[in-house]
Amino acid sequence: MASTETMTINMGPQHPSTHGVLRLVLELDGEIIQKITPHIGYLHRGVEKLSEHRTYHQTLPLTDRLDYLAPMSNNLGYVLAVEKLLDIEVPERAQTIRVIMTELTRLKSHLVWLACHALDIGAMTVFIYAFREREMIMSLYEKISGARMTSNYFRVGGLSQDVYAGFEKDVREVIDTFPGHFDTYEGLLTKNTIWLNRTVGNGVISAEDAVDYGITGPALRGSGVDWDLRRDNPYSGYEKYDFQVPVGKNCDTFDRYQVRLIEMREAVKIIRQALDSLKPGPVLADAPQVCYPPKESVYNSIEGLIHHFKIASEGFAAPEGEVYQGIEAPKGELGFYLVSDGGTKPYRMRIRPPSFVNLGAIEKMSKGSMIADLVAVIGTLDIVLGEIDR
Amino acid sequence: MILPLLQGLKITLMHLFKKPVTLQYPDERPNVAPKFRGLHTLKVSHDRAKCVACYLCPTVCPAKCITVEAGEDANHDKFAATYEIDMLRCIFCGYCVEACPVDALGMTQAFELASYKREDFVFTKERLLEKK
Repeated sequence: MASTETMTINMGPQHPSTHGVLRLVLELDGEIIQKITPHIGYLHRGVEKLSEHRTYHQTLPLTDRLDYLAPMSNNLGYVLAVEKLLDIEVPERAQTIRVIMTELTRLKSHLVWLACHALDIGAMTVFIYAFREREMIMSLYEKISGARMTSNYFRVGGLSQDVYAGFEKDVREVIDTFPGHFDTYEGLLTKNTIWLNRTVGNGVISAEDAVDYGITGPALRGSGVDWDLRRDNPYSGYEKYDFQVPVGKNCDTFDRYQVRLIEMREAVKIIRQALDSLKPGPVLADAPQVCYPPKESVYNSIEGLIHHFKIASEGFAAPEGEVYQGIEAPKGELGFYLVSDGGTKPYRMRIRPPSFVNLGAIEKMSKGSMIADLVAVIGTLDIVLGEIDR
Repeated sequence: MILPLLQGLKITLMHLFKKPVTLQYPDERPNVAPKFRGLHTLKVSHDRAKCVACYLCPTVCPAKCITVEAGEDANHDKFAATYEIDMLRCIFCGYCVEACPVDALGMTQAFELASYKREDFVFTKERLLEKK
């Protein structure tokens, strides 16, 4: 009998389908995967440590750069955590705009997931189409916040500025085209034999294992666990909106694909409801110790100017204590854990990135399958290395 | 089995007759939003920069890319003798503009900031002054 031995190879960090600088050390028996060891840290920028030397206000732009495909979700998680620490009530208009923007972000993030997932498996057309649609959302981002990716739009206490006139019309125009686009993607993929062969029965993880590994987001719901923080632990007024939480049955890559597609359709519905309920009003909380005064008062009154200098030069102090705030980011539960010693800077900030936790299950999902199927599993986990390495 | 593939082909064929969405950059220019956070500009009023060297922008800057040095002019008014922004460090968050108490700083739609030399990325006061 011929004796066989396993072979160790590197997949990444410069591999096109590792979605960033992820290095996987694979132990292979022929083409069958025996062991996967993820090596991470190539994109480590030390966001958590940096935040200890920056005021609460200055930490906000750093969060844009965690999951750079969904900047507004990161902003939301962070500002909600700080608001919880400070116990600030955010005006309703700001909350509604936050919901609209984070749901657009969900669409944007899922479009990249769909594009890259399909591209990895060989369907290049979907990639081009999804990026075309993503561009519309990027333009909206640019008009609203001034940047296409690193939006930095939310502020502790509300928003940096109100939306421009005609915002509602623009958003409606964009989202009205989306159901048609979803049909296009589904027409290209859902019944496509090649797509089915690559996704059905691949990357299976049972509901029990998924919970044990701490998987969250669409990856968890694809395994049939009905858990969505927007519904089960609402924040920013999500309890007002009526939406479905899709769950899968077969715990495989195809189910996760369907869950995400339905989620995108639901996101469009949430945006419509939010737009309908949008009322005029302030977009910044009435919290003078935290928020900048309006510019008119800075330019025209000495009190406003002093107030402005105080906030800009010192920042604001948060009461001693610790908070955790988790939100349903496009990739799963994004949590910010803040410890305050009563100063103007976080004593410690810990981020719970969904991608990092989801990546932990990759060996469980891919052990015993072919190396080519691993590419599909990386795609279905929808990881982003900016968030894993932080 | 072959039918879904043909249906997919139908979708792509239909796209063949649609107008292309590709922007032929740099021959065609993108429409940059008015709010866009691009290259900074120092606003000018009465033929001089409005900046009063209050140091709020270097204070709020999370990337610490702004260098300001105050000077005193003939009227004993404070002004920015040096004002430099290191574009290699700048993260374009817009906090400096938000913090300016005299509306002396703005951000333009200029987004093509590539250069050949490191030194060229340090924008001095002369280069930042608003062109009228």
